Amino acid sequence: MDALKQELKESLVEQLNLEDITPAEIGDDDMLFGDGLGLDSIDALELIVMLDKTYGIKLTDPKQGRAIFESINTMSAYIAEHRTK
Amino acid sequence: MENQFKISSYCHVKQNKISLNGKVLFSVKPEESTFLKQAYKALNVNYSKFFKMDKLSQLAFLAADVLFQYENISEENQENIALVMGNKASSLDTDRKHQDSIQDKTSYYPSPAVFVYTLPNIMLGEISIKYKLYSENSFFVFENFKTNYFYNYAQSLIVDNKADKILCGWVNVDDEDYEAFLYLVTPNGDLQHTEQQINTLYNELWTL
Repeated sequence: MDALKQELKESLVEQLNLEDITPAEIGDDDMLFGDGLGLDSIDALELIVMLDKTYGIKLTDPKQGRAIFESINTMSAYIAEHRTK
Repeated sequence: MENQFKISSYCHVKQNKISLNGKVLFSVKPEESTFLKQAYKALNVNYSKFFKMDKLSQLAFLAADVLFQYENISEENQENIALVMGNKASSLDTDRKHQDSIQDKTSYYPSPAVFVYTLPNIMLGEISIKYKLYSENSFFVFENFKTNYFYNYAQSLIVDNKADKILCGWVNVDDEDYEAFLYLVTPNGDLQHTEQQINTLYNELWTL
């Protein structure tokens, strides 16, 4: 699970072009949206594509993303349970 | 039409150089591929959303930011500054990236972050968001920079009291080629807002 969390942090920084932050600075429980990393709605769509492309997880209801993308911990738990790739 | 307006400042970006009012403000070697990122850091732009923009918007944003910093225009001022810009290649550079991502039907993963920039006027939105401009904005696609069109459009905005200032210019990106020329039309300034003057300033692009 730690390897997946590290992979997710690196993917966030690279794919969402977070120039002002490094993977090491993202805490497992940090909020990804709002006051946390400050991701926006386009980032949320990008994360949905990333789940599909990298882990073979299709989110049919974008509203699901709110809980899944709350933090690295919630993302990694969901991916570990549902991944097909 | 009486012309009481002036050009108070102008900015060129080309060949890995940024100039303000004819003087080079920042430059890196022509072979450097991270020019825009380096310029962002060197010019203290301090707007992390910059890195999410496509090259076209980054170019327009940077040139606008150079002028607004120089003119002490900030988001707190809430000024009525219209934006009137144009280019030749529209959003073609980003359109190609989007096309690449949907070309292979067996690996069809279009990026939302790329797709949102497949319109050239998004650059106006990026500038408006940063500077909280709730003003007139227009974007045109022309074969070449049409001085008389930009001049007349700016004049009509002034005459109709649609704006107090107007940020005008040309921002074009096509693969490795890029150029930006922005100028600010205001009530005060050293240069007359005339077609001849705009032409003279635009042509400085090719001497950078």
